Amino acid sequence: MVETRDILFRALADPTRRALFERLCEQGEQTVGALTADAGVSQPAVSKHLAILRQAGLVIDRQQGRQAHYSARPAALAPLADWTDRMTRFWQARFDDLDDLLGRMDQ
Amino acid sequence: MTEAAAETRTVIVEREFAHPPAKVWRALTQPHLVAEWLMAGDVAPTPGHRFHFGADWGQVDCEVIAVEPERTLAYSWDGKGLESTVTWTLTPTVAGTHLRMEQTGFQPDQKLAYHGAKAGWPRFLTALGDLLARID
Repeated sequence: MVETRDILFRALADPTRRALFERLCEQGEQTVGALTADAGVSQPAVSKHLAILRQAGLVIDRQQGRQAHYSARPAALAPLADWTDRMTRFWQARFDDLDDLLGRMDQ
Repeated sequence: MTEAAAETRTVIVEREFAHPPAKVWRALTQPHLVAEWLMAGDVAPTPGHRFHFGADWGQVDCEVIAVEPERTLAYSWDGKGLESTVTWTLTPTVAGTHLRMEQTGFQPDQKLAYHGAKAGWPRFLTALGDLLARID
C-alpha cells in the first residue's frame, strides 16, 4: 500500500505529468501527438512522462495502427483518497488537544 | 472475504493520560469540554441520542451506540463520504487513564475515489501539487 502511494506520488510530483493526466481526465482519450501539441515539451519527453504515468497505473495506452492512444484511469488515485491516514492524523491532533484540555480542567 | 468487507478499515489511536478516568470521561461527554478538543456538538452519554459535530469543513452525524460510564462510549460517525463508528475505551492505570479510540468504517462506493473524475480530479490534483510543493 505504502509502495503504491510512493509510486503515485512520484508520478504526480511533476507538473508536466499532472497536466497530462488532468487533460486526459477532462478530455478523454488522446494520441501522443495531440498531447504533445499542448504540452510545451518534445514528443519523446511526453512519451517518457506517459510511460511513468502508465507504470503508476494512472493511464493506459491502446495501439491503433502506428498511433498510441492514451486515456486516464482516475481510479488509480484511490489509495491517495483512503480515509485512514487522514483520520489517523486527525485523531492524533485531537488527542494532543485533549491532553492540553485535561491539564487545564479542574479535578 | 466479500468486497464490502475488504473496504472496511480501522483507525486506532491510543494514549495514556495522567488524569483519572472520571475526568477523561467528562472531557469525552460534556459538550462544552468536547468542543475544546474535538468539535462543537450536543454529545450526551445516552444510548440512542442523536447529535451533530460541526466543523468548518462540514458536519458529522452521530448516534450514541454504547455507553458504560467511565469505561466505554461509542457513536456512529457519518459524514464526508465516510460511514463509521467511533469507540472510546477508558482503562484505569497506575498513572491515570489509558484511552483508546477505534474508528471502523468504510467509504460508501468509494465516493472520494471515484466521484467526478472530470470535475473533481483536477481540483484534487491542484491541491496535491500545492501539498507536494510544501513538502519539498
